[in-house]
Amino acid sequence: MEGGLIAFWILAALIVASAGVAVFARSIVNAAYALFFSLFMTAGIYALLHADFLAVTQVVIYVGGILVLLLFGILLTNRSLEELITSSRRPYWVGSAIAGGIMAVLFGILVSTSWPEQSAQQLPATTAPLGVLLLQKYVVAFEFSSLTLLGALIGASYLVRRKERD
Amino acid sequence: MLTLYHFLLLSAIVFALGIAAVVSRKNAVGVLIGIELILNAANINFVAFSRFTEHPKLIAGLAQPAALEGQVFAIFVIILAACEAAIALAIIINLFNTFGSIEIDEAQTMRG
Repeated sequence: MEGGLIAFWILAALIVASAGVAVFARSIVNAAYALFFSLFMTAGIYALLHADFLAVTQVVIYVGGILVLLLFGILLTNRSLEELITSSRRPYWVGSAIAGGIMAVLFGILVSTSWPEQSAQQLPATTAPLGVLLLQKYVVAFEFSSLTLLGALIGASYLVRRKERD
Repeated sequence: MLTLYHFLLLSAIVFALGIAAVVSRKNAVGVLIGIELILNAANINFVAFSRFTEHPKLIAGLAQPAALEGQVFAIFVIILAACEAAIALAIIINLFNTFGSIEIDEAQTMRG
């Protein structure tokens, strides 16, 4: 086996295992840490796909930003450590059955479709062409996404403001 | 050798796990974790397709052997995931202030 394939299987096993912990862990804090690990390994998958800029973006935004936010959310909304450990959930079999059905459908599509399979050539660094694409072809979407982000952040800080009780 | 199938398989499994979290978790943060997994699976698909389909063409004078559109889309997905996480956590904190817990089954009224 070549190196890329070995790296892929190791990364994939780690991603699936830690995503499984994130889904089925009893403690929500453990789930958040498992999600952290899963997203971190996904950056490795991006690197395997020659998406260097995205790999770094994944680490900086997901792992450094969203997960810290998530942990703040967890720690701000738990009354006690006891509740944190015994977060209840619906019976396993409902979620597992639905997820299994969806997975079966996806696998069916995966096997029955013939996907394009050329690749294998080395890509140059993607950062410069991505920047050109974002600021020329997709500049409108880019600016709108920055406005969306601004609106979302202002909205979030408005939502969590301390309300004046009269 | 690595093919598109490998990455599609991985993202299908991660997507199904995310759906399982969204369906079976009662904790609102657990549901949010499931949504992040789903968005991540979609991103793996975007990047994999952009790697394995080839459109040799010039983008603004820079020679590009492969299309980067999938990666641009993945960047937008990451931006929107950040927005969504911020808003969702604001709502979760409000939920906690109103109902005293973040179990989604307990939030059954529009005004607390």
